[in-house]
Amino acid sequence: MIRLHAVSHHFGERPVLEGLDLTLSERRIAVVGGNGSGKSTFARLLNGLLVPERGQVLVEGLDTRKDARAIRRKVGFVFQNPDHQIVLPTVEEDLAFGLKNLKLPPADISTRVTAVLRRYGLEDFRHHPAHLLSGGQKQLLALSSVLVMEPRYIVFDEPTTLLDLRNKRRLAQAIHELPQTAIVVSHDLELLRDFDRVLVFDAGRVVVDDVPSVALDAYVRMMA
Amino acid sequence: MSLGLYLHRVSPVHAVPAGAKMLALLAAGTGLLLFPSLPVLSGALVATLGLYALARLRPREVAPVFRLSAFVLVPLFALHALVSGWEPALVAVLRLAVLMLLATLVSLTTRASDMLDALERALRPLARFGLNPARLGLLLSLTLRFIPLLATWLREIQEAQRVRGLDRNPVAVLVPLLVKTLRTADTLADAIDARCFDPEEPS
Ligand SMILES: Nc1ncnc2c1ncn2[C@@H]1O[C@H](COP(=O)(O)OP(=O)(O)OP(=O)(O)O)[C@@H](O)[C@H]1O
Ligand SMILES: [Mg+2]
Repeated sequence: MIRLHAVSHHFGERPVLEGLDLTLSERRIAVVGGNGSGKSTFARLLNGLLVPERGQVLVEGLDTRKDARAIRRKVGFVFQNPDHQIVLPTVEEDLAFGLKNLKLPPADISTRVTAVLRRYGLEDFRHHPAHLLSGGQKQLLALSSVLVMEPRYIVFDEPTTLLDLRNKRRLAQAIHELPQTAIVVSHDLELLRDFDRVLVFDAGRVVVDDVPSVALDAYVRMMA
Repeated sequence: MSLGLYLHRVSPVHAVPAGAKMLALLAAGTGLLLFPSLPVLSGALVATLGLYALARLRPREVAPVFRLSAFVLVPLFALHALVSGWEPALVAVLRLAVLMLLATLVSLTTRASDMLDALERALRPLARFGLNPARLGLLLSLTLRFIPLLATWLREIQEAQRVRGLDRNPVAVLVPLLVKTLRTADTLADAIDARCFDPEEPS
């Protein structure tokens, strides 16, 4: 469970998030809102990439202000652009990067890497340079590199924006099948239809918090 | 060009640990400097080509490397021969050729991360002087990862600017490239943090 207590954040003079009080316990939580409404800022709070100016973010009782290291192990993060999150030159090395940071023994690293490659049909690309993968494969690699660390929560910030229709579907399917809790920021409403809960952001506040059938309609009306 | 272009094979050359290969390269470099005679160098050249075969690298795969080396070495040989005669020229060029081939062999048969792990261990004593080996290792691997990406961006930007007739204007190409790089660096730093990279803890 992730809890936010009276969280506010400013960039300079501008308030970006204001007075958020939330308890996130559903398995599939969507975050929607217009450009600049604070969604990415909110997402970055959840694993301590950003510490709020005021208030507290608690992941299973741990405070992102104090326990960032432990929290990063629990909360994985998939970004919009795979080119900005693949760190090492080949597929295998990139998958192993996070596991090495967790100080896992080499044999365990290898087992986990093999398993995740198989799961996403990337076995043939194990020793492939990452920059030669297609856009869809790169995003699957980015997801795999996070999954392989076995986090309990995964935050996605617009994971399908750069993908074509087929790869959007593949990624949607992959997210759908995750055993983990997923918190997904997206403009792709189709992706969010079967979620448990939708948070609609506007100017740094959650203005609607409901099931998709209600919240997504409200959001579409809001944007009209 | 050979940077980060690791070619995966099951071969005895690939199996040698990264640190040993890098040390051997260093030793070979020193040896060739100390004994720059034609017979030694020819022997070294043959041995090096033998190592390529042992590494199961196909000629087609390494041809671009050879071509690029020739591009540097042939004019160098001509120049050197004009100045100091053909034999010293041959020695100088052969030595350079062997070293380039050996260095390329090491980078073709060693994964970047293994090389960096080895480098990180070698640099560990320098931690005392405020140098962080983990951070330096990451910096180097990021460089390897981003060379191809930068090349792609450069091409994209040039194409976009060509439409406006600006592709020959260095400012019009470099400024967007810089902006793109900085923006990427921002997310990348987050991505690295999010995957639990912790330079303060020795791995
Ligand atoms: N590092 C930063 N420094 C200053 N201002 C920032 C920073 N990051 C975000 N902002 C500002 O905070 C506001 C909210 O940004 P945020 O990225 O959270 O929005 P978003 O909802 O994710 O938008 P989008 O849909 O465009 O991704 C924007 O006005 C943005 O300009
Ligand atoms: Mg955003």
